[in-house]
Amino acid sequence: MTIVAQAILNGIMTGMLIAIPALGLTAIFAVLRYVNFAIGAYATVGAFAAWYVNTRFGLGVFPAALVAFVAGGVVGLIAEQTALARLRPSGALAVAIASIAVNLILENVIRFIFGNDLQGFDLPIARDWRFAGLRFGPQQLQTATLAIVIMAVVFLFLRFTRFGKAMRAVADNPDLGRLFGMDPARIAMITVVLGAGLAGVGGVLLGLDTAIDPMTGSRLLLSIFAAAVLGGLGSIPGAVLGAVMIGVGEELAVLVLPATYRSAVGFATILLILSLRPAGILGERNT
Amino acid sequence: MLSYLIFTLTLGGIYALLALSLNLIWGGVGMVNLGLAGFFAVGAYASALVALAGVPLPIAMLLACLIGAAAGLLATFATIRLRGDYLAIVTLGFAEVVRMVALNERWLTRGSDGVSGIPAPFRAELGVDGFNLLYLALVSVIVLGVFLTLRRLDLSPFGRVLKAIREDQELATFAGKSVTRFKMQTFALSAAIAGLAGALYGHFQTYISPDHFQPLITIYIFLAVTAGGVGRPVGALAGAYLVVFFLEATRFLGELFTVLEPGQVAAIREVLVGLALLCVLHLRPQGILPERIAPAPKPETSV
Repeated sequence: MTIVAQAILNGIMTGMLIAIPALGLTAIFAVLRYVNFAIGAYATVGAFAAWYVNTRFGLGVFPAALVAFVAGGVVGLIAEQTALARLRPSGALAVAIASIAVNLILENVIRFIFGNDLQGFDLPIARDWRFAGLRFGPQQLQTATLAIVIMAVVFLFLRFTRFGKAMRAVADNPDLGRLFGMDPARIAMITVVLGAGLAGVGGVLLGLDTAIDPMTGSRLLLSIFAAAVLGGLGSIPGAVLGAVMIGVGEELAVLVLPATYRSAVGFATILLILSLRPAGILGERNT
Repeated sequence: MLSYLIFTLTLGGIYALLALSLNLIWGGVGMVNLGLAGFFAVGAYASALVALAGVPLPIAMLLACLIGAAAGLLATFATIRLRGDYLAIVTLGFAEVVRMVALNERWLTRGSDGVSGIPAPFRAELGVDGFNLLYLALVSVIVLGVFLTLRRLDLSPFGRVLKAIREDQELATFAGKSVTRFKMQTFALSAAIAGLAGALYGHFQTYISPDHFQPLITIYIFLAVTAGGVGRPVGALAGAYLVVFFLEATRFLGELFTVLEPGQVAAIREVLVGLALLCVLHLRPQGILPERIAPAPKPETSV
């Protein structure tokens, strides 16, 4: 029983971390209507940027995550403006394929600079807390708290700021948005910075526990996609809900399956949800 | 040098089959398959394992096609009615799961050790050089056969329906075509060709492991098809050979820049592949040999 409870607890914690890049993916999809496969590389860029300032300058988790957001956002914006934006008229698939090329390029630039070796963060080692027979890692709690703060900021941004409102309006109806004088190009850029930045933060938060390498982001891709598809591509609350469910599902699955099949859970979930309810749990009803 | 050339051409032929497979669904119906490497792997393992169990090679290869097609239907049944994005995600996941299974189910695939000693036709009788030459001929004949069949298909009523679906799915449905059935048939055929390519690869290399089926192969094939010209089988063919020569040429980069470590040279190669794909998409999206679309007949009366 405790094992299952521990697995659910760990799953919720991991799920909240997966939620961050899943939010990024789904935000970009909501506004720009394409699936960005480069999210994986943006996460890796963020993770390496944070690792660099952590091990070089001794920055803690919070400032390092901020650096990751900026690094992911800037790289994402550059990639969008140089490689992806001009392909939008050719359709969502052309942009998606180009984003795969961007993913490959960024991943290998990182490999060129930092090599293939695993890199660990420099963090104080703390003993796990125990409560009602369950283990809580202080590090785990810290990253989960950070994830909740980030989600809250994203929700507040979308709900109350001018740009946030404009983003949601354009996601709902681009033509109407344009009619009301919103500049689609600018909103697209802000969305990309936000989405890629979130991916960058997600990369650090998920990399803190283990070590990171140039493939870190690509390995997470399936879980991130599963979360976004499960919640409904384009739905912000859906991405969070989907991520937590994927996190719990993965932890429960590895109780009965070899741990290496962890990300197969994501794939199975995608297949299942798409055959039963293609729009996802909280998705829009147009596919 | 000659044997290196023969090796490259054989590999080019196998990539050409993969490119034809992708072009059939992407150029044909406008669906993408990001899991090409997975179907390639399924075919390779299927054929290798049954051949090792004593099944004659032609039947083993046929079986690889069938299992490839079945895997294609299994992976796509859920998404075939949805936007292409979903198919892209699902196929990408499929390839990952195939690699996971190949790595973990040691009883079947021998895990990361890989399957070795895969039967190669007439290798004992002909020696290595003779075998390589024979195999090049075999692969080339199969490529030619598949190419001619697909070109015939392209020009047939079936091919016209596919292009109608690509251009306007609703209109095709309105014209009484069962879009779902056409899509599934085409995807199954495409996956079967990828499976065949895998089978040919396995019996040529005589050794396969999960490392041979990296997602990178899928990107190579996308580069081949976009560079050659989406929608035209001859473009896919030309693109595949071009990509193989490009890859082999960049293999010598390390000798030019001796200061770099081998890992860095590999990274540069992959960056070049990515840049090439971006360049083609931006500068010449129609490829080297663009699709030829016959002009529609002029209407009798003008409005």
